[in-house]
Amino acid sequence: MNQLWPLFKREFAAYFATPLAYVFIVIFLLAMGAFTFYVGHFYDNGVATLSVFFGYHPWLYLFLVPAVGMRLWAEERRLGTIELLLTLPIPIWASVLGKFLAAWAFSGVALFLTFPIWITVNYLGNPDNGAIFASYVGSFLMAGGYLAISAAVSASTNNQVIAFVVSVVVCFLFTVAGAPLVLDFFQLWAPVVLVNTISSFSFLTHFQAISSGVIDLRDLVFFGSLIALFLSVNVVLVDLKKTD
Amino acid sequence: MIEIEGLTKRFGQMTAVADLSLSVGKGEVLGFLGPNGAGKSTTMKMVTGFLAPNAGRVRICGHDVETDSLAAQSCIGYLPEGAPAYSDMTARQFLRFIAEIRGFRGEGAKEAVAKAVAKTELAGVLDQPIEQLSKGFKRRVGVAQAILHDPPVLIMDEPTDGLDPNQKHAVRTLIKAMAPSKAIIISTHLLEEVDAICTRAVIIDRGGIVADGTPAELLARSRHHNAVTLTLPAGQAADASAKLKAIAAVANVEQSGRDDGMVQLTAFPKSGVLLIEDVSACAVREKWDVRELYAEAGRLDEVFRAITTTDTARAKAAA
Repeated sequence: MNQLWPLFKREFAAYFATPLAYVFIVIFLLAMGAFTFYVGHFYDNGVATLSVFFGYHPWLYLFLVPAVGMRLWAEERRLGTIELLLTLPIPIWASVLGKFLAAWAFSGVALFLTFPIWITVNYLGNPDNGAIFASYVGSFLMAGGYLAISAAVSASTNNQVIAFVVSVVVCFLFTVAGAPLVLDFFQLWAPVVLVNTISSFSFLTHFQAISSGVIDLRDLVFFGSLIALFLSVNVVLVDLKKTD
Repeated sequence: MIEIEGLTKRFGQMTAVADLSLSVGKGEVLGFLGPNGAGKSTTMKMVTGFLAPNAGRVRICGHDVETDSLAAQSCIGYLPEGAPAYSDMTARQFLRFIAEIRGFRGEGAKEAVAKAVAKTELAGVLDQPIEQLSKGFKRRVGVAQAILHDPPVLIMDEPTDGLDPNQKHAVRTLIKAMAPSKAIIISTHLLEEVDAICTRAVIIDRGGIVADGTPAELLARSRHHNAVTLTLPAGQAADASAKLKAIAAVANVEQSGRDDGMVQLTAFPKSGVLLIEDVSACAVREKWDVRELYAEAGRLDEVFRAITTTDTARAKAAA
């Protein structure tokens, strides 16, 4: 357990050792701003809420989070350092967890840097700060979900581009699981239970529930168990595919 | 300290390592030799717990690598093939990271890194990113990482690959100095390395051990063991060759020309007996203008070629 910290530190620092971190943060903030102000007409709405801002989070994460997660294991395998890492006296789950937490913390930093918009909306009016806080929590959890998926996909290949593309597709499926596009397809033939199960996997549904200002235990459990599930898949994939 | 029993690894249809057993004790430096693809790296990967074997087991300092892997891995310092390292870190950051993973903290970590750095002479490049280091420095960072926690067992896959002669010498001196207190396995393609630092040489081919002995024992298998070579002017060669063949202990004589008007004659002994005295006495008696005269210990590359298969032969056997 006490090796988790050095692992976390190394991974977290690795983002900042290359321009990756800065490029990512700048693009993340620019994209957030562009969508909120130009596409979402934040000012024109004349309402002091950040719901427009948070509404774009799932769609931005869909592309940006796999970019953070794609290198986690693919890079390790490309460099051959996976052999070093897995022969050090640390269990595989600790490596998986350390890497995931570092990447999650990094996306948390990027999310935190959007705080000026929170200040702006408070300057302009009287928003429901509780709901905004809940939305931030929800957004962070959702980023964790996307990241766990991306990390697991990254463990199955040593090609970062493949890791990215496959992650985006899997993340997309989880995002739109509750949308009519998907449900209509299943409703034609599948039993109601299955349709409901599929719809319950939707990131959008759970994120919107939290964004409304109510941090429901069910939504927390959803994201928590989804992360746990994909980290377990990650451990299995690292173990199975370490020599490929 | 290293006990390997019946180790077997298959990749699909191919058997990379077949029922390999070996034990290495404290003070031994075992040179692991074999053609490319013979199973050297695969064996090392199983010994260090990176790969799980299909059969057999490995124990390091009494800990089973599969069931008690963390305890076993704590006892091992491992330099994987190609000396992989996180290229975006500086050498200092990287070694510090390894030290912390190995359980060192604060001053202890600093001290462990400093010791390893001193032994591998890395001080000058500590703050450069590893990706900017030359091949020789990268390899030494790998070695430093492996010896950092002063492990009782050292496994090094080609530790001197890519080093220049000075650096090779430095790493060999380092390994020799550590040898008395450790069990060491190194794999290498450099046969002179076996001679220089190993107390024992194991040659593997197609996943199994084909020779196991001290370097001297392996040398004794060579055709050149105790053979005597002398260099003399071309004009005296025919006569000298005949006289040498007349010596009772000489089995045969081979001749090879040189471009400076000299000829080299090599006299091979019957069943490894010493020839040098007879040959030198003969040279004095016949008053040859001998420029060089020396006895050979044997040639490892000859032994190596004689008992291992070439990759073309292997491909043929597989077909």
